Amino acid sequence: MGYHCVVLVKQVPDTKRITGQAMNEDGTVNRAALPAIFNPEDLNALEMALDIKDTHGGSVTVVSMGLPAAADILRDALYRGADRAVLITDRRCAASDTLATSYILSCAVRRLEPDIVLCGRQAIDGDTAQVGPQTAEKLGLPQLTYVEQIQKLDGQTLVARRNLGNGWQEVKTTLPALLTVVDSANEPRVPRALRLMKYKSAKCRIEIEAMAKDAPSIDVEAVYAALESKGLLIHQWDLDYLEADLRWCGRDGSPTKVHRIQSVVLTAKESKAVEPTQQGIEAMVHELIEDHTIG
Amino acid sequence: MGNFYRDNDDIQFLFRHLDLAPIAAYAEEGFKYAGRFDTAPKDAQEAITNYDMVLDALGQLSADFIAPRSESIDREGCTLNPDGTVSYPKGIAESLNALAKADVMGFTLPHRFGGLNFPNLIYSIAIEIVSRADASLMNIFGLQGIADTINFFADEDIKQQYLPSFASGKVTGAMVLTEPDAGSDLQAVKLRAFQDDDGNWYLHGVKRFITNGCGEVLLVLARSEPDRSGGLGLSLFVCDRGPTVKVRRLEDKLGIHGSPTCELYFDNTPCRLIGERQRGLVTYVMSLMNGARIGIAAQSMGIAEAAWRIARDYAASREQFGGPIEKLPAVRDMVIDMKMRIEAGRALLYETSRVVDFEVGLNKIAENPDSDPAVAKEAKQSLRKIKRLAAMLTPMSKYYCSEMCNTVTYDAIQVLGGSGYMRDYASERLARDARITTIYEGTTQLQIVAAVRGVCGGTVEKYLEELAAHEYAESVKDLLAILAEGTQTLKECIAFVKEQGVDYMDLVGRPLVDIAIALINGYLFCDQASSKVAFETATAESGDAATPKKVPMAQRKLMMARRYIIRNAAQIRGLADLIKSGDKSTFREYEVLAGAVPELG
Repeated sequence: MGYHCVVLVKQVPDTKRITGQAMNEDGTVNRAALPAIFNPEDLNALEMALDIKDTHGGSVTVVSMGLPAAADILRDALYRGADRAVLITDRRCAASDTLATSYILSCAVRRLEPDIVLCGRQAIDGDTAQVGPQTAEKLGLPQLTYVEQIQKLDGQTLVARRNLGNGWQEVKTTLPALLTVVDSANEPRVPRALRLMKYKSAKCRIEIEAMAKDAPSIDVEAVYAALESKGLLIHQWDLDYLEADLRWCGRDGSPTKVHRIQSVVLTAKESKAVEPTQQGIEAMVHELIEDHTIG
Repeated sequence: MGNFYRDNDDIQFLFRHLDLAPIAAYAEEGFKYAGRFDTAPKDAQEAITNYDMVLDALGQLSADFIAPRSESIDREGCTLNPDGTVSYPKGIAESLNALAKADVMGFTLPHRFGGLNFPNLIYSIAIEIVSRADASLMNIFGLQGIADTINFFADEDIKQQYLPSFASGKVTGAMVLTEPDAGSDLQAVKLRAFQDDDGNWYLHGVKRFITNGCGEVLLVLARSEPDRSGGLGLSLFVCDRGPTVKVRRLEDKLGIHGSPTCELYFDNTPCRLIGERQRGLVTYVMSLMNGARIGIAAQSMGIAEAAWRIARDYAASREQFGGPIEKLPAVRDMVIDMKMRIEAGRALLYETSRVVDFEVGLNKIAENPDSDPAVAKEAKQSLRKIKRLAAMLTPMSKYYCSEMCNTVTYDAIQVLGGSGYMRDYASERLARDARITTIYEGTTQLQIVAAVRGVCGGTVEKYLEELAAHEYAESVKDLLAILAEGTQTLKECIAFVKEQGVDYMDLVGRPLVDIAIALINGYLFCDQASSKVAFETATAESGDAATPKKVPMAQRKLMMARRYIIRNAAQIRGLADLIKSGDKSTFREYEVLAGAVPELG
């Protein structure tokens, strides 16, 4: 039987290319200073969902909450094999912390009625690893975090292997369930050429409206209808469509406040040279055992 | 995350500099497929966007997925199992699966079979990118000409049977041509093709040195006319791998360990005829080989690029005599010359691929019954000239790029010194992989035989005239004068050689072709130096990693053009002296100079 997988994805600043301008003075991330990329572990989650589809059939829907620019990663997901993409974009989502984000995402997931919800373990910008578990809580779904492999999937239940860092755990759950996926799970596939050629024209409403602003001859409704008929529409949902309670969204729904930003500079206070010889290494290992760092 | 397409400034520059719009229009036959297929572009701009996006995805796959597997592929090699099947090394099997999932196994096949319908030029770029990641993988990824041959020449039902499976990567193929007694001389092929009373064809005999002979679909050259010797007794057949096709042996090779080289025994294997009888070698295999030669040239580019990058890095980081070794004049020279040869090879390969795309495009127009008669007539006329040019440039590219690749990979080991000879670095593997490129799909010597006909037959002179008539920037005027002088020298050499006869032409074929290539590449460099494309490339001059110092590519290409043309002008004079010496001692004194045949251990 097929499964409907919903994958929650996030567009994040590429923290590998961080520079001095990465943070704003108010403690929020300066997104303009960094290239935006597909959050790496969300790609692992997408790969796991596509693998489920390849093996068992079904479909994959990707959902992202973010600025209109996040449509880029949704297109990327379509290139890789997702069947449907949903962008939740609404000015009232701005400044949402993990709690508010989880609430909004849970409203969207509920509408999609998935069998399995997958997300990356954590995003490389906040590194909280909270959104997956909180979304599961709000949906009342069992949550399996740190999933590395799905070992069994038989319609009613799922067995997954969790990577706990110092060991593995096999967990069985009923469906539907939410999984957060780690980067050791798989190697994400690259975009498919035939899908690139097709889905490069996929757009959401706000992008069509932006095109029309530059070229007034464009009829937004006509373009929208044409894309919809070709299956090239990225669905765009706002908080009204989700019938979300605004008290739980955006700044109002976010108890997290940045208290202070500190620039941490790591400096070596004490260093010791180890000779690159067998004796040197043995001496170092001995010392580490002595002070109980290892062993 | 790496990307072998995006991280290569020369490819990025050429992608923008070369006029891709006409070849896109030819490939898409005037964009008539737009609307009929989801994937067909509506105009040149969209086609070029498609090329860029697909190469980007392939560049990412090559860097992140394939390249990390290349070392284990080389160590593991292929295995012939007791049941006669062949197992690829794990890394090849995984990479092929990834390439199939990326929809890139039908690069040039038409939309209707699930192919990308991309031009040969874009395919050449793709082969270079994949070969840089793993040279042996190219021997499967880069053999899509097998499917093209079916597409060009086979009946519709054979196309329907095989092409969708090629495009989706479900099957791979092999060109089954060589036999123990028919290597370079394919006219000597003996493998027998015969018919039963119902007219069904079967194959019987042995083939040797068959790249990917364990593939699912085999294109087999066989003698269908038992009474007829030579090429006209041969036809081309297609068959499936099955119990009557046995892999008898896997060769133990110097390099490209991921590519299985098989000896095959056909025991009355059922097969189907491609196209018409007797045209197997003279038409179909010639077409197939021309595509494969361009493929090997592109493979050579990828191997050379990989080796150069290792050497460039090492020259900057290895310290001797109190500083990085790139401060030493001899090392500096090697590093720049390697890069110069790579860029020259790329220029020649892309130009050749572009000309082949014109040939394929014009052919489609000329042969399409729906074409406007006037347009078809014009296409036919242009086609004659283009065919001659493609027939000269193809062996030139194969020759130049494969020899260049051997020089560059050897020099890379030299830059790395003792470390380069050790298996800790990829340079030794790349040199081993490089070695086959001047041999298979026609040896260097055979490429020269093919190319020298174009050099002495007037094609090169017309082409050089055309190149000289292009518009160039003021800054290359002095270089154009040197090239004009070189062209004059070439003409004198050709006139001299013609007086000496055909034997002498083959004897001095290599220096003649070398002069011609040096002049063609010189013009191509001048064209790049005249580029109006605004593209900047990083220099090694200080600046931090985030903001390296950059120069406009056209300015850098001017420096490269100057170095290439001035250095080659001296070479051309020397080669001309050799040609005009009329020295025929090779014929006259061989027995004495080579001496008696030694007895081998």
